[in-house]
Formats: sequence, C-alpha cells, structure tokens
Amino acid sequence: MALDEQSGVRTGAAESAEDPGPEDARPRMGFFTDTSVCIGCKACEVACKEWNLVPEDGLDFTGMSFDNSGGLGADTWRHVAFIEQRKPIGVQETGVGRPEGAPDPVDLGMPSFQLPGSSSGEDERGEFRWLMSSDVCKHCTHAACLDVCPTGSLFRTEYGTVVVQEDICNGCGYCVPACPYGVIDQRKDDGRVFKCTLCYDRMGDGMEPACAKACPTDSIQFGDLDELRERADERLRGLHEAGIESAQLYGRDPGDGVGGDGAFFLLLDEPEVYGLPPDPVVTTRDLPSMWRHAGVAAAALLAGITATFLGGRR
Amino acid sequence: MGVRTLIESWPVYRQLTGADPSGRGAAAKSAATGALRARTAEADRVVKSVCPYCAVGCAQNVYVRDEQVVQIEGDPDSPISRGRLCPKGSASLQLTTGSSRRHTVLYRPPHGADWQEIGLWDAMHMVADRVIEARREGWQDEQDGVTTARTLGLASLGGATLDNEENYLIKKLLTALGVVQIENQARVCHSSTVAGLGTSFGRGGATTFMQDLQNSDCIVIEGSNYAEAHPVGFQWVMEAKARGAAVIHVDPHYSRTSALADMHVPIRAGTDIAFLGGIINRVINEEHYFRDYLLAFTNAATIVNEGFRDTEDLDGLFSGFDEDKRRYNVHTWHYEGADIAPASGKRDQEYEFRVQQPQESGSAGRPEQQGAGGAAVGGTPETDPTLQHPRCVFQILKRHYSRYTPEAVEKICGIPRDIFERVGDLLIENSGRDRTSAFCYAVGWTQHTVGAQYIRAASVLQLLLGNIGRPGGGIQALRGHASIQGSSDVPTLFNLLPGYIPMPHAHEDQTLEDFCVADAAVNGFWANMDAYIVSLLKAWWGEHATSENDYAFSYLPRIGDSHSTYDTVMEQMAGVCKGYFLMGENPAVGSANARAQRLGMANLDWLVVRDFSLIESATWWQDGPEIESGEMRTEDIGTEVFFFPAAAHTEKSGTFTNTNRTLQWHDRAVLPQGDARSDLWFMYHLGRIIREKLADSSDPRDRPILELTWDYPLEEGAEPDAAAVLAEINGYGPGGEHLSDYTELRADGSTSCGCWIYCGVYADGVNQAARRKPHTEQDWIAAEWAWSWPSNRRVLYNRASADADGAPWSDRKALVWWDGANRRWTGHDIPDFEAGKSPDYTPPEGAAGVEALSGTDAFIMQGDGKGWLYAPAGLTDGPMPTHYEPQDSPFSNLLYGQSRNPARLVYPHPENRYHPDPGTPGAEVYPYVVTTYRLTEHFTAGGMSRWTPYLAELQPEFFCEVSPELARERGLTHGGWATVVSARNAIEARVLVTDRMVPLRVHDRTVHQIGMPYHWGPNGYTTGDAFNELSSIALDANVHIQEVKALTVDIRPGRRPRGADRRRLVLDYQRRAGVDDRTGTEV
Amino acid sequence: MSTSDVTKEGIRGARPARDAVTGAVSTLDGHRRERPAGDGRGDGAEFRSYYDRPVLNQITWQARDIAGYLFLGGLAGGSSALAAGADLTGRPDLARPLRYTALAAVSGSLAALIHDLGRPERFLNMLRVVKWTSPMSVGSWILAGYGPLAAAAAASQATGLLPGPGRLAGLGAGVVGPAVAAYTAPLICNTAVPAWHDGYREMPFVFVGSGAAAAGGAGMIAAPLGQAGPARRAGIAGAALENAALAVMEKRMGMVAEPYKQGPGGTLMRAAKALTVAGAVGALFGGRSRAVSAVAGAALVAGSACTRFGVFKAGQASAADPKYTVVPQRQRIRDRERAAEQGGADGGEQAAQGPSGA
Repeated sequence: MALDEQSGVRTGAAESAEDPGPEDARPRMGFFTDTSVCIGCKACEVACKEWNLVPEDGLDFTGMSFDNSGGLGADTWRHVAFIEQRKPIGVQETGVGRPEGAPDPVDLGMPSFQLPGSSSGEDERGEFRWLMSSDVCKHCTHAACLDVCPTGSLFRTEYGTVVVQEDICNGCGYCVPACPYGVIDQRKDDGRVFKCTLCYDRMGDGMEPACAKACPTDSIQFGDLDELRERADERLRGLHEAGIESAQLYGRDPGDGVGGDGAFFLLLDEPEVYGLPPDPVVTTRDLPSMWRHAGVAAAALLAGITATFLGGRR
Repeated sequence: MGVRTLIESWPVYRQLTGADPSGRGAAAKSAATGALRARTAEADRVVKSVCPYCAVGCAQNVYVRDEQVVQIEGDPDSPISRGRLCPKGSASLQLTTGSSRRHTVLYRPPHGADWQEIGLWDAMHMVADRVIEARREGWQDEQDGVTTARTLGLASLGGATLDNEENYLIKKLLTALGVVQIENQARVCHSSTVAGLGTSFGRGGATTFMQDLQNSDCIVIEGSNYAEAHPVGFQWVMEAKARGAAVIHVDPHYSRTSALADMHVPIRAGTDIAFLGGIINRVINEEHYFRDYLLAFTNAATIVNEGFRDTEDLDGLFSGFDEDKRRYNVHTWHYEGADIAPASGKRDQEYEFRVQQPQESGSAGRPEQQGAGGAAVGGTPETDPTLQHPRCVFQILKRHYSRYTPEAVEKICGIPRDIFERVGDLLIENSGRDRTSAFCYAVGWTQHTVGAQYIRAASVLQLLLGNIGRPGGGIQALRGHASIQGSSDVPTLFNLLPGYIPMPHAHEDQTLEDFCVADAAVNGFWANMDAYIVSLLKAWWGEHATSENDYAFSYLPRIGDSHSTYDTVMEQMAGVCKGYFLMGENPAVGSANARAQRLGMANLDWLVVRDFSLIESATWWQDGPEIESGEMRTEDIGTEVFFFPAAAHTEKSGTFTNTNRTLQWHDRAVLPQGDARSDLWFMYHLGRIIREKLADSSDPRDRPILELTWDYPLEEGAEPDAAAVLAEINGYGPGGEHLSDYTELRADGSTSCGCWIYCGVYADGVNQAARRKPHTEQDWIAAEWAWSWPSNRRVLYNRASADADGAPWSDRKALVWWDGANRRWTGHDIPDFEAGKSPDYTPPEGAAGVEALSGTDAFIMQGDGKGWLYAPAGLTDGPMPTHYEPQDSPFSNLLYGQSRNPARLVYPHPENRYHPDPGTPGAEVYPYVVTTYRLTEHFTAGGMSRWTPYLAELQPEFFCEVSPELARERGLTHGGWATVVSARNAIEARVLVTDRMVPLRVHDRTVHQIGMPYHWGPNGYTTGDAFNELSSIALDANVHIQEVKALTVDIRPGRRPRGADRRRLVLDYQRRAGVDDRTGTEV
Repeated sequence: MSTSDVTKEGIRGARPARDAVTGAVSTLDGHRRERPAGDGRGDGAEFRSYYDRPVLNQITWQARDIAGYLFLGGLAGGSSALAAGADLTGRPDLARPLRYTALAAVSGSLAALIHDLGRPERFLNMLRVVKWTSPMSVGSWILAGYGPLAAAAAASQATGLLPGPGRLAGLGAGVVGPAVAAYTAPLICNTAVPAWHDGYREMPFVFVGSGAAAAGGAGMIAAPLGQAGPARRAGIAGAALENAALAVMEKRMGMVAEPYKQGPGGTLMRAAKALTVAGAVGALFGGRSRAVSAVAGAALVAGSACTRFGVFKAGQASAADPKYTVVPQRQRIRDRERAAEQGGADGGEQAAQGPSGA
C-alpha cells in the first residue's frame, strides 16, 4: 500500500493503520462501545484507573447529571457521559415525561436556569430519556497526536493502537491541541501526557482491556476491529428495525476524516450532544499543503529580503 | 562497539534502515516499552475470591506478588458475574490496599479528648473484662416469674458484611453468654423478606436465582434500583431483554434502572400495596389467574375459620385487634379445622394455645368439629375445590381486594389508569401456562411499617399468576450486602437460631418438646424441627447436650417481645444496655434516626468498633454533629471506645451467601497487616479469653459458656480455620463423618449440625462452596459452581414447574418433571421435593410430618404444603396485605378509616418525634414526600466507598433530586444547596433539578417527591450529612424494620444552620407543627 | 415476542445481553400510547454541545513561552537573512547588530521552548526521531542546523576570530533563516485548534511578514540611517504582507475568525495592526531622522510580537468554545450531504474534503 511520506496517510486501504513494521504485525484490535446498553455504572472508569494506576483527580460536583468526571483527560481515560433529554427512546414508556403526570399548567415549565442536559426549548414536559455513554481514546487510523509527536513517544503498536511511551515523552504538549477529540492531555504535576493505551500491557499477555472486562452489560466490546465493525452494522440494523431510529454509528467509517476509529461507538443522538466532534479530521491530512504554503512563504521572505538590497545605496 | 549499539538504538537509524521510515511505529518503540508486561502475568499466585460489596457475589481473582495484592479482577468462570465487576468491585483493590485503611488498635478512655494506641492483646483482655462485667450487671434470671436466663447488659450489631463462619461464631459465643441483643444489617434491610416470603412459601430467601431471569418473558422491578445497586446482576435482566422480555420499573424516581426499562412507572412512595392490590383485583375479577396452578399448589380452596372478619367488615382492621395492646389476637385467622404453624414470621404467636391443645396430627384424618378451643394443632384443613365457598381463601381474597380499583390506584399511587392497565396487560400476557414473569425487589419494599406485607402482596400476585417455582418466574429479593443472606441464615439476629429455627421465647417451664410443638408445623419439613435444633445444640454443647438435660435446651437464653437493634437503642438511651459491639456496621449513618443512635452510644460504658476506617459510629464522641452543635461535650462523655482494624475479604477465608442463596468460598490471599484481624479471629480469641477468665467459676450461669464447644484448629497468624467452622455448620454424623443432607439429621443426639439448611455444604468432606467449575462447562443452572441452600437447589418450590401430574406446564417452560419410567423427579435443577414421591401420592391415614405431604404439595416447608395466598398465621398485622399509609404521610388512607398499620411499632421519645396526621393542623409543615436509594458509585452507609477515592470522585457530594416544578415552587437552584427538615433533624444537600423527578396527582392534588441517596456522613474522603438524621424509628410489627423509604419533610433553599441553630430550626418546625409526644402515635 | 424458552433439552433462543433493546416496538406493541415510534434524532440545525464543554482539550502551552518562541523565531530568521544581505552588499553596520539579534533571538526562542516542556531535561528527545508529520520535529532539526550557524556568525563577529568561516556561517544562517521564520506557521496550524488550522494557507505569510517586519524594525533601531535602507524596506514590506495575509485569512475563516476580532486575541491583533502600520509609515517617511527611524523600528518589533501573541490567544479562545469546533463541522456535513444529493458520489467526495480540504 502506498504511504504518503509527508502526511503518513495511507492512500488506498485506509482502514488498516500504518504498519509498525512487518516483524510483529497483528490484526488490528479495538473497542466497539454500544451506548444503547450502557447502564452508566462507571465500572470502566474505575477498572481503568485501578489497572493503569491513574491518580484520583479530585472531588468536583459538576451538576452535569451524574457525570462528575467531566471529560477525558490525563487522569480520566474512560469517561461516562450522562445526558437527560426531553425526547423518547424507541417507544419506552416513561411516566416522568407524561404531561398527564405533571401538575396544573400553572406549575409547569422549566426553572429559570437551563436544566443541564436538556437541549429542549419547549416549556412543557414531553418525552424523556437518559443517555449514558462511555467515551475513550479513539485510536484513530490517522492519529494526529501520533503524527505531531516530535519525540516518537507516541507510537503505533503492533495491534494498530496508539500508545504514549512515558519513558520518552518530554511534555512538549503538541499532541494535546492536535487531537480532534480532546482525548490526550498533560498531567500538570507530572509534565507528561497520558491517555488510554487500550491496555497495551494486558494485550501483550492476551488479556482484554480492563474497562471492557469489567463492563457489566457488554456496552464496551473489545476485539478484532473488522469483527467489531460487522457486529456493529448488524446491531444498528437491529435497533432500527426495533424502532430506535436515532441510533447511529460513530467513528466506524474508514472513509471519515481520521480514516475511521479503532474505538468506535453506537450513539443515540448526534455526536456533539455527547461532546464528540461531528466531523473530525486529522489535521495532518492538510500538512502537505501546509508545507507547500510554508515553503512558498519562506522563499518569498528570502526573495523579499534580497529585493530590499536591490534598491541602490540608501 | 558501544558506539555502534548507541547508534543502532537511535530511532533515526531504525527509521533509515527499518520498515518504519515515518518514525511512528516500530522505529519509535522504546526499550522500556518492549519490556512491558502485565503485572498480573508476573503474579506469584492467583487466589479465588468473592467481591465484598453487594450480594450479587461476583467472583474475583486476586493476584498476589511478593505477598502483596497487586490486582483484583472478575473471574470469568463465574456463572453469576461472568468475570464482570461494577465500579465498587473494580475498586476493591483500592479498598483493600488503599491508604484509608487503619492498621492499629485505638482506645479512647472515658472522657478522653483523643484516641491513644494500645496493644492488640491488651485491648482484647480489656474487652473481655468489660463483656464479663456488663453481662453480669445486665443479667436477668427471670422476668415476671418466667425464666429468661439472659443478659441485657450488652449488644452486638453487624454481620452482613462478614463471612458466614464469622456470623456463626458471633451468634454461638454471644448466645452462650446469654446475650440476646444480637443484630445485623439484615434487620434494617431484609427482615421483611424473611417474614413475607417465608410465610407465603415456606422459606425466607429469594425463590429463584438471578441467572434464571434470562428465561423471563416479563420482569417487574419494583422497590429496587436493580441496575444501580446490583449492576453486574443486571446483566441477566439485559439477557432477558435481548430475548424479547418486557422490563417494567415501578419507582418514585427515574433511575439508571428506569433508563434501561421498557416502562418506567412513577409511584408515590409507600403505596405499592395499593398498586399490587389493584393488579390482584383485576387478575381475580377478569379471571386471568392460572386456575390449575392455583388449585394444585395454593391454599385458594382452603376454608377459613368462621370467626374471621376482613378489613372490608371492620373498615381497615382484621378481626382480633386489641386497641390497648396495639396488637392482633390472630386466632380467628386460622383455617377451619386446622391450626397450621407458620414456616416463618411470628411462630410463637399461639404458644399457650398449642402447648395446651391435645396434639392432633393428620392421623385423625378429617378433624372433628372444633370445640371452643378452635382448630386442633396441625390437622387437615377443609377445602372447596370449586372455590365457591364464601369462606374459602379465594373468595376472601376476591372480596378483600374488591375496592382496589384502577380509580383507587390512580388516586392513591398517582399512577394514571392507562399506565396501570398497561402494566397489568404485560404481566397477564406473560404469565400462565406458556409464559412466566418475575418480580425483583429490594429495600424499596422492605423498609416500611408494612414491609412484610409488601412482599406478601407480590407473593399473592405471583401465586395467582402461577409464577412461583417455574423457570423465568419467581421473586428475587435482591440483597445488598455480601452475606446479608448468610447473616439471616446463620443469623446474627435476636429472634432466630441458625436455619430459621425461632429463638425460644420466655415461657413457663418450657421444654424442648413444648418449643417444637408450639413453633413448628406438624406436617411438612418443619415437622422435623426437633432434629434440626437437637443437632444444633449438639454442635454447640457437644457431649454436654444430652437427652437427660433436654440437650442443653435451657442453655439458650429466652427472648421477650423484641430485642431488635431499635429496641436496643432505646435500652441504651434508658441506660440498660451498657456495652456495644459494632461489627462492620455504621448505625450513626445507616440506621433510622441517626441522632438517636449516637445519643444511645453516648450513654454506653463501652463501645467496640471493628471496621476498616474511623467511621462515624467510632468518632461521634469527638466530632459528631452533637459535638458540633454543642449539645454534647467530649469531656462529658464517659463511653470507652475501642477501635479494632478489620481484615478485608482478601485477608481471610470463608463463605459469603449471595442473593441467590449461594454460598461462595473465598480464599485468603494475604495475611492482614498490623493489628488488622478477621472477625473470626476476634470472636474466637475473645471467647477463648473469656472462657479462661471464667474457668474456675461454679456459677450455673457460666456453664453454657464453659461447656461450649470452642476448639478450632488455628492457622498462620492464630487465625481459626474457617473451613473447620464451615464443617461444623455442615454437621457430623454418629461416626464423625460429614453429613451430606439435612434429611440425615436426627433428634436423638446422634447428629450435630450448626445450621441445618447449610447441611451438605461440606458433603463428603469436600468444601462444596469452593467449587468453581466454569459456567462454560455447565448449563445455566451451574449446579457445580459453589453450593446453594437447601441441598444445592437453585429454584425453590420447583416441583410447581410441573403440573399436578408431574409434566411441565409447557414445553417452553420445563424445569423439573416426573420421570415415570424411573419413578423419580428429574430435570435441569435439583428437585425441591422428595425425589421419589410420585405426583399421585396421597398421604395414608395417620401420616404425619413429611409423609403427610401429598404429591402436589410443592411448598414442602409449609404445614399444609401450599403456597399461602392467605396467611392464617405467622404475621402480626393481617393474613392479607392491606394498604396503609406510611407513618409520615401527606395523605390519609383513601380506602379505610384505619389510616396507618394499626400494629406498627412506634417509639415515642423526645428524640424520635413523628409528624402530625394528614389533614390535622401542622401537617402542612412537612408537605413533601422523600424517598431514598442507592447510587452505583457508593455502598450503604459509605464505610466501603466514601473512603475510597476512585469511588468518592464519581459521586463527590450528597445531593437531593427535585423536579423543575418543585424547584420553582421552593426557589431551589440547580447545583445550589437545600436544607431538608423533619421533626427529627435538619440536613443539607446539593440540589439536582431533574425531569427524573415528577410531581404526581394524588387524591386529586399535586404531591412533590424528593429523592435522596443515603450514603453520606461527616467522615471520610467525600463527606455530607446523613439522610438518616431525618428518618424516625417507626417499625413494621412483624420484623421491626424501620420505615425509611417514605417519609415527609420540608425543603428550603440554602445551607442548614450551624451550631446550636441547627437544633433550634428543628424545634421551631416541631413547634409550628404542634408536635408533641403523642403526635402520630395513635393506632 | 420473547424467545425465553426452557425446554426439557435446555435453554432455547438464548441471546447475548448486548443484543438487548430498550423501548423496542415489538416488546411493547399494543402497550404504548399512540404516537410515532421513538426518534431522538436532532435535526442538527441548532448548535448543540455537552453542557457547553469544549470538544478539544485546552492548549497546555504558556503564551509567554510559545507565543514568544514564535515571535523570536521570526525575528531571528528575518534578522539572519537581512544580515546576510547586508554583509554581501557591504553594510557592516547593519549586518553586525542583526547577527547579534539573530543569536539572541534564537537563544531566547530555544530557552522558551525548553522552558515550556513538561520534562525539560528530556529536551534532547526532540532529536530522537525525524518526522515530517511533526512540524515541531522538523523545526527541531532546522534549529539544530540554524542555531550553530547563527551562533558562529555572531561569535566571529564579536571576537573577530576566523572571519572567513564566520562569514560563511552568517550566509548559511541567512539562507536557513526564512525556514526558521516560516516553519512555526505549520507548527501551530497542524492542530485541531479551529482558529489556527483553518488559517493554515495564510499563516505562513502572516508569520514571514511578521518576521521580516520585526527584523527590519530591529535593523532600523540598530543601524545608522545610511545603511538601514534595506531594513526599512523589509519592515514596510513585511508589515504589508502580514496585514494583507491576515485580511485574507480572516475572510476565509468566517465565524472561526471571531477570536481574532474579539477578546484578548482581538485586542492584541488590533494593537499589532496599529503598531505595524505606524511602524511602516514611520519607515516610509522617517528615513531622514535616526530617532523617527528607531521609534518606527521599535513599533514594528512590538507589532510583530503582538501579532504572535494575538494569534496565540485567538487559538486558545477558539479551542475553549465548542461552537468553533461543532458549527463548521456541521456545516461541512450539510455541504457534503447537499453535494451528494446534487452531484452524486463525486460531488460528495469533493465536499468531503471540506473547507480545509487540499
């Protein structure tokens, strides 16, 4: 397969991440997180921290429904989002949404502030659903964090995953703004950056990642990425047949801006509702063009400076 | 050379020469990364264990390296958890190895300002001395001329988080010392279950096991926050959903359980009996009941004593109520022609009557007409298979529930008619011959002044629908502590002996025989209670228990009406109870009226706390709310306090009994550090020391303790061998061989058995509870994974899965069936029935005991072999569930003039005030309903989660959930603070405004409900006020469980007052509401 | 209907829990209120987010370090180039100070870069790999080449030792200089930060212009009027290029350009514009006054610094507000869908390139 030396983006079969070298190539492994069976227990968050010895990062009551982790970061490698919506899920019967269940119209209506999670402008109870979703590093096919890392601390493993080598990272912080998902981050008191490794060390011993193993309802599924994608497509069909029309896959398409995610999701609403970018693009896709523009600019500077000396003695 | 390797180790060189020119793969890989290994792979050993949190009983693998636990993970072999763990289970590494655990013994001298460290053995001897003294001071030889042979001088609380073996030693030692005030979390969590399920079916445990939920066509979760409180067990509900089952969640608040249910039905807290009664009414009227099942297995046809009067006749009361004593004389509730002793509940009710009656078993066939004395003991009740007799149970039931109409349900519960009917439709469609529905409940049902009757209501409905004993059917009583089932089976409970043998009450010259006659049915497997208790007495007093001394029956202290933990608190405040053991329980946060709990402890001579960290119950004298408010001063408090660090589940061997009634063995992975010890160690050595100190005593009071069998082999660290204790619980035969089944027990003193229902757990000398055959190598029953009581049966009463002739009711619902060819019961599960008793067996004339059970008597523990739609005995507040309003309620009873449960127990006390009756002046001062629940991220009173950072950060603050409507009404702001006030206390919490709370229309007006998790307290890493500051001590009369799932409060914006102002606010509310010592105490 | 069978042979119709569906029509059929089957799909028209939290993690770089590093890099690169020209055209009094400026600036920029590292002691790991995909890696190697040249040139200048090699080093630095001034544009544009990434076409010109202006400014301050002509011309041209490029960039970016006009970023950009324009005017008409020339030079240097800090702040602001991430991406999706509807697959693919497509 042809590899664009500059962008590192593989033209052609984009679904397989760049080879780390034939000697230890293995089938690409990943996560399929099916949020439609998530019970929001946060076992993934704890199991991850226990295994990877990620520090507890403080007591912060956010008021964001039951989410007190906030989002992915150096000390949160799995993050469960909680979204309360005045919308139905399938034909679920929720008494809490029933206008009949509510008191006289005079009592009705939202409080003065915006109810967290409610993206509904209507001033009356209607339907209701509570979405829960466990987010994680996407282990992109074309990973910006990996591309921009100047030290080679971030590297592509033989499983096609993206891992930070803590013995190498010098905390330049370049990968942080490079990630289109807001995953990787710097641990302030440490200086280095951290993120999900898909439990690289466990995989080496044939074990599944800690979060997937703990997940009580198999919302987090680990395995061969190709198999997971087939399973996800089937699941999506099933949900649509069952009337869950809002179900959609996210990060599954190898043709998307990052060449598909190694960790992809089944969502029940648009990605941005979960704090995910709706159409992420790996920044290095445009790097060749950036270099060209920079080259022209540098040449222009050289030429310009030269020109300043052509104008006689003054 | 060196330079060469240096260059070759330079990634740039590898880029230029290798297959990774872009430097983003192999070339960039560092040496350290190449050497990376999973720490589990480098462990010295992997130890099999069980999660110490809830009662799902997830199997764990504990990885040990250099004698340190380095990782704890789910064991994929488990058929229950399949390797999964919830956040708490996943945090058990931090729980057991984290810095929040204490490892030194602490001592607080009387009036001392601070802790001091003392030696472990010094502390043990000090405690032993105090036990001996408190026992002597509180000793009571007799009461009103009746022998009691007990001491009220000390009490013990806790056991549900401990191993069965530890509970066994606690009960054994303290009972031998004459202590009767022995209690644990089971009292405040699931005691209602024992009476509710026990009187209905014969056994007080869940009728099914979680994995079988996958076979349900419909699952009703009510009174339980299943997905949050038992997340890993919830996978079986998901499995049922995957197969198309409908899941319904009935709950006042929309939880994570509701989010995964197909229907969520908001209900007003405290009205579930009205709701279930409404469904029962419809099932009967529209004839949706499973008639063949009803006739074969229930007492629907049984005719009831003509003296019986229903609530229909007495406006909410049953016949026999005594206004002054506030209790029922249950005599008129009996069957016509038979007095059947109940299998559970208040079995001593009819003591005098039964002991005086001439014994009449089924021998006389149909008993002659009753004399004035009423029904004969035992006897075969009259029946009418046509179900037409006006006094047959079916007709009585029909009449009793006739007023539970959809309109009534809507008005009482706030559930719109269409929703109510949709629930009924789903249940009815998914029950009967071809389909089965299951009920799952937890403490949302048990913790009410009508708690036992909530469970009865579900039992009645499930019997009508024919869902008991069948695959995908049953009632799952979801337990919340690792061994709370075990601490009921091997009870650290005042009213029970191991295996649900009742603790003997004090009676005039009571013999062992009197006891058995009065407390056990004449027919069925309880008829063998003499064999069970004699074997127990032999296990405890060995050769000192002889036929001559009635097998040392007199060594058992006699109990009075109640010595429940709440009565103990009253005794403490009254200065009677002077010593207190807290074994892994935190009443200052977890028990009703936390303030009263602390005031009781402040009145003690000494207190022993065994736990991981300094919980609120250990430090109230130093930094408790009453110290902060200035009501108490540390230097004034004379209570001596001992803190003993406890060993974790990874540091001791033993068995937990999970919510499936399954005993699972966990092996010790490492020795506890510092002074931390197992409770097995603590109890054994405490007993050893006490026995040494009393060795020379000739006082007859000391004989029970001195003659007690108390020699267990010691292992490393002087830890008693838990397996030896389990073997004693299992029991030995005449030749010292391990017994393999309770049917081998004898009443002649030839067998010993510490807990008859556990007999078989050590069959053939093999620890059956330690069996771990992977679920992948078994069917869903997984009979070779651990061991379930009784006799490793997983679905109780499973004979009812087959019709009267022994064939499965349906091809798609087969569990056990009669194999005519081999004349045996066979099937997937072990038959809960005599294997060789054919379906057409009818007892011969004169048959008694087990022999008197017919081939269709599927409920083998029942005196009549039937499932009880109507409980003729065993319950103190009625033979059929009746809707009564909670103690604190905004509404009076719409159905009857009798508003609250007339038999409920109230404790008028300045520290335990109740709210005014609805409609009376001052009632509006506490206008809102509050209910409580668990969060996935925390555990019970917080001792195992608030100190655990990984859990604390996930739910960092105590909060209350309110609807946008209530927020507007009271000016509460999201994320701000609210103060919640009851007549007991005032607390503060952060506000979560959410659609998940919804106002309901009740009695044609709007009622707001507030939801609050109850995990917080002032100590630990995440701290907050304790919900139980608000709750009162008002108890169910059957089992003395507190009502904390439905009470009334007021809520206001802002933080609560500090210091003395806090009390002032509470008293001001009391004044405004006109609360006094009589308020709310009327019958 | 359910497949919850247990026959005499055992369980039939078992399915894994992960197949569970909540609110399935089949399960509740006939038991639901009459309304269309559930649909929680948002139309995507309105901007939505997760509690208004940013999608991206926040830039960890310190403004002083990294914006300063951008500024000094441009100053150094421009100065070396200008110094080389001065050297070749016999303007020693212009070349000398600019060589010193270049060395000081590159040293400062290196110091700032190292100071910003979470693990400064691991600075040398920057030379562990060569990655074209990482402008910071490329930049490290450029600086590794440029730094010594600039240092040698300045050292020889100061000591008078080895004038020959010193001069060659100066010329080398002059040739590499423009690269030093330009590569920092791809450095910041090669991120997901909307206000940076979306400007990647113009940013290099903004930066080289800014660098030339700064270098020219430095020359105007340090060199006598007689030899400062090229510096003045560089300053004017640089300022013009910078502002022209910025105008084009902001126009192209649309709403993502807001942070360049509002908040701290806006303030700095306005200051930069004022200073560079003033400096350029001063350079244009102040050629006869040493003082005016020096003040104008200072304005150009300050203007260049403001530009870099302004760009930095604008980037931070655009990363902190989910709006700048979500809205353009939503727009991109709609364009793509529209294109797909119209032009079929091809149009779809082209639209898929989106505004940031090559």
